Amino acid sequence: MAAPLCLLFRHSRAAWLFALIASGTALVISILLLQQVLATGLISYALGGWQAPWGIEYRIDTLNAFLLLIISSLSTVVLLAADTSISKEIPKEKHSLFYVLYLLSLTGMLGIVATGDAFNVFVFLEISSLSAYALIALGSDRRALWASYQYLIMGTIGATFILIGIGLMYQMTGTLNMHDLSNRLPEVAQTRTVFTAFAFVIVGVCLKLALFPLHLWLPNAYAYAPSIVTAFFAATATKVAIYLLIRFTYSVFGFSFSFTALPLQLLFVVLGVLGIFVASSAAIYQSNVKHLFAYSSIAQIGYMIVGFSISTVAGLTATLLHLFNHALMKGALFLALAAVMHRIGSVQLSALKGLGREMPLTMAAIVAGGLSLIGVPLTVGFVSKWYLVLALLENGWWPVAMLILLGSLLAIVYVWRIVEVAYFQPRVGPGELSKDSVREAPLAFLVPIWLLVIANVYFGIDTRLSVEVAQTASESLFGLSQ
Amino acid sequence: MLSGIYGLLSASFFVAMDAVDVAFTEASVGAGISTLLMFLAITMTERRDHSVRHKPWLALIVVVVTGALLIYGTLDMPYFGSADAPIHVHVAPRYINDSMQEIGVINLVTSVLGSYRAFDTFGEVVVIFTAGVGVLALLSVSRRPENDAKIDALNVSMHEQHLILRIVIKILIPFILLFALYVQFHGDYGPGGGFQAGVIFAAAVILYSMLFGLSTARRVINQPLTQFIAALGVLLYGSVGVVSLLNGGNFFDYNVLSDDPVAGQHLGILLIEAGVGLTVASVMIIIFFNFQGRKEYGQGQAKGDV
Repeated sequence: MAAPLCLLFRHSRAAWLFALIASGTALVISILLLQQVLATGLISYALGGWQAPWGIEYRIDTLNAFLLLIISSLSTVVLLAADTSISKEIPKEKHSLFYVLYLLSLTGMLGIVATGDAFNVFVFLEISSLSAYALIALGSDRRALWASYQYLIMGTIGATFILIGIGLMYQMTGTLNMHDLSNRLPEVAQTRTVFTAFAFVIVGVCLKLALFPLHLWLPNAYAYAPSIVTAFFAATATKVAIYLLIRFTYSVFGFSFSFTALPLQLLFVVLGVLGIFVASSAAIYQSNVKHLFAYSSIAQIGYMIVGFSISTVAGLTATLLHLFNHALMKGALFLALAAVMHRIGSVQLSALKGLGREMPLTMAAIVAGGLSLIGVPLTVGFVSKWYLVLALLENGWWPVAMLILLGSLLAIVYVWRIVEVAYFQPRVGPGELSKDSVREAPLAFLVPIWLLVIANVYFGIDTRLSVEVAQTASESLFGLSQ
Repeated sequence: MLSGIYGLLSASFFVAMDAVDVAFTEASVGAGISTLLMFLAITMTERRDHSVRHKPWLALIVVVVTGALLIYGTLDMPYFGSADAPIHVHVAPRYINDSMQEIGVINLVTSVLGSYRAFDTFGEVVVIFTAGVGVLALLSVSRRPENDAKIDALNVSMHEQHLILRIVIKILIPFILLFALYVQFHGDYGPGGGFQAGVIFAAAVILYSMLFGLSTARRVINQPLTQFIAALGVLLYGSVGVVSLLNGGNFFDYNVLSDDPVAGQHLGILLIEAGVGLTVASVMIIIFFNFQGRKEYGQGQAKGDV
């Protein structure tokens, strides 16, 4: 079971094919893991043969397995298009380094999710963030360096906060193992030290997940990174941070402590809703489509946080569903943008004029992804919003539910802007290339994009798998903590 | 300079708290290499700050709040060194009491790092490797022969000035390298191990290239080789895990490496420390070479323009 990860630790100058194989292997293994977890329950694996809490263990329950599946599948699909996409955006001699960094980043994320040891989380967090900074800085735009630097500063502060929190917890309990921590923390829960530890961990994780007031690093990082990197991170990175938030509040600190020590419910519901509105409104005014969708990502994180803050099984299910669904949508959208970037070299809104006729399949994918973002029935976006609103109503929070529906209206506005430009404006713009130079995106793009779009629709109609897994995961989280 | 002093001070602080291994690492990395890299970065840009236009009040508030919260958190901490603090009664006793039978290494820190928490250490090595790859991806400049010639000319004039330093360094370098090897293999018995040894080894190479020029140093240690060694170190570490997996144990279970569990542990720790040392040394060299290479590249171009 650790073998899946060690396979990825291969650092020879991996070319695309190797990266693809590694990522594909991880995908197959996560599918097997998920099946096994659903069938038999918790799996624990002691690394080094030392039982936890002395050694480090991998602890896979439904939640981990679900996340592992999301990350490895998205990574594999995105990699399919990577070869073509980076051929234009990254200088030739850096391609192999790009794949090494990509794999390292994937390793980091999988490691964070799989491990059952708090310090191990930090180590893998470092791996994934360091490689993320480098990947973003590889962007062809000079501003990518600045964006990466911003992210580096914010990310490092976040990671340091998490480390401080873990250190304080270790001091109070003498253990680093998450399961052991959750057993031993209640004894000392009333101390100021544990309270401080909790505050640091929460703030650190929120920095990483770009929760509304701490989101400033995200738009630039997404906009100036190489397109393929944006697709990968948008689909996975913030999901890992949300996982950490759920893991720490529910499993490590325990439900009752987390939601009584700080006014977490109120705090998160306010920040979540504010995030939805501020970020969606910001998205409307963007002229760069990558920026636009980056802001929309922040808004979507808002939805997940609202679901989280309800702190019921239904709410958490909605969050997990949205985690999965958002990965599908944003993966499709940013991949389609990567295709646009590949063909016309720009993702400014003005450059998209009339592109609906030149690249029908790619633009159709963007529209499909956009519809899913809005939450139109028959797409995954609808499913997760439906569950979220249901969970809110169940708890009697109808004003919040209203606000969320209003937030979706904002999504209509920003998606419509793209549709309008792409389909209803003639293809002549300033400094235009000759018309026939723009062709449909190559197959290497279309296949993964449409895989994701089809997944968007499929999981929007047949919700059994995703809902069932999300529900089992959140039930087991509540079972753990009550 | 101040950050270097800070590094040294915190190293002595760690010694006072009986964390000799950490102090060793801090002294070599915090006070040594990182200060050096800062200097290099400064020589590439400029010494003086631009005047600050905005007043960073928000940052001040955040720092004060964070600091206050940290101090608040210390209020309920167990007293330093108190025998019944949770960290002394839960996991640690097993490390202290049983590691001699289970692993047979005198230095406890090494057995915790190398065996009980081997996976964390592996992660750390990967972190260092990632840093090296990141530097390579962002800073490496493709070298052209004509530029090299200019750089060489520049170096000769620059390096002739430091005659005394050059002679002293020439005498010192063999001892530094020897010391690095000592630290590497003595990690089982006293403070030391792959991380510290790697840094010391790299320091010797860096000293040499500072005084004799990068291209001279490159003749001995070339870039592709260091890259290969960096990857090799991680692979060596990882393959120890895979071999123990193949021998029927868990990942990083050294007991199965040999008939005698303790001998297996010894072998495992020796190998992974070697992996750590290789990766750390070569990554440090990669980072320095790329920083310095970029600087000289810039100078070479400037000279070419004149």
